[in-house]
Amino acid sequence: MAVPAPTPAQTVGPFFRIGFAWLDTPELVAPSHPGAIRIEGAVFDGAGTPLPDAVLEIFQADPEGRFPPDSGPEWSGFGRCLTDEEGRYHFVSVKPGSVAPESAPHVAMSVFARGLLQRLVTRCYFGDETDANGRDPVLRTIGDRATTLVAAVAEGCYRFDIHIQGDKETAFFAW
Amino acid sequence: MTDTRERASAIDPPYDAPDYHSSGLRHPTRPLFALHAGPTELHGPVFGETAVRPADADLTTQHAGEPLGERIIVSGRLLDDGGRPIAGQLVEIWQTNSAGRYAHGGDQHPAPLDPNFTGAGRCLTGPDGEYRFVSIKPGAYPWRNHPNAWRPCHIHFSVFGRAFTERLVTQMYFPGDPLLALDPIYNAVSEPARPRMVSTFDLGTTIEEWALGYQFDVVVNGHLATPMVG
Repeated sequence: MAVPAPTPAQTVGPFFRIGFAWLDTPELVAPSHPGAIRIEGAVFDGAGTPLPDAVLEIFQADPEGRFPPDSGPEWSGFGRCLTDEEGRYHFVSVKPGSVAPESAPHVAMSVFARGLLQRLVTRCYFGDETDANGRDPVLRTIGDRATTLVAAVAEGCYRFDIHIQGDKETAFFAW
Repeated sequence: MTDTRERASAIDPPYDAPDYHSSGLRHPTRPLFALHAGPTELHGPVFGETAVRPADADLTTQHAGEPLGERIIVSGRLLDDGGRPIAGQLVEIWQTNSAGRYAHGGDQHPAPLDPNFTGAGRCLTGPDGEYRFVSIKPGAYPWRNHPNAWRPCHIHFSVFGRAFTERLVTQMYFPGDPLLALDPIYNAVSEPARPRMVSTFDLGTTIEEWALGYQFDVVVNGHLATPMVG
């Protein structure tokens, strides 16, 4: 049997709100949920200008390190947030459990935007997991740019800015 | 086992595409890190049937009246790159109306809005990975990338595979569109892979005296998934 050829990616363009807004789901849990955390930040281009036309998607394990369908019907692990006029986004979630030996808690993140022909992929780690982050094999591979993947502990939230380009450029992944 | 799968660079466009000016300040300039996808990347969300109604797949019946334009049916299958169907996953689409205008405040193209057309649809794939939308054919529209620039007619497609690694957003084009040869977004993809984004007119999908039919399979990149190391 001939195997089909993979379909190439294309940009979401400037008007993705039409198709994505129905599933604008920045809150994976209610803010009042026990153990709820807030991850917030902004997305910047190479000139330091925030992107008002980006969309972020996250996927993560539940606190026990489980994914759908094992995590049950209450946990999709998925969130989507369209950036606002100042390029800001936020998610309300819970800190994911460990999903592999030596792996520090992390959230997988996709960035889509006008101007991005395909998504960018990164991970968000947590600034209050110093020991676990120090052992994490992915962070260790990245070296001094690992700091761009660790969300800073801030007032009532974890702060995770994404710099697509420039001196503060976030570490992005390919596979 | 010999890995005969294509390299990612043969499939997906580069982040830095000089002819697509918006990519200039929006592409990484440092090398990407090779990630051995871990459990987080090798799983994905499961969307329940409650999230999507069957009526969401018909873009022509969302308002009081029928939208103007050429009624079309777009159907196909969601597959992995081994040819296996991906069932029960989410497909989202959005597009212009027949005049080439998006129902979005940021679209300043002076073409008429259609009060009977929003241009958004979604569905879950069936047991064999199949999906089917009823819509109207989108229009071409100008943009400011370069002098006299026009986007070819297209429908934005967003699909979820079985894992985070298989997430894909693309655009579906129409066969024979003369604007394809001039479009920097379409042409950012390597030449051999471009036709995969072009739908096929299909008389079998066409319904007599009602709508033209197009076939478009979406194949997500299994090449993204690698053995997990943590």
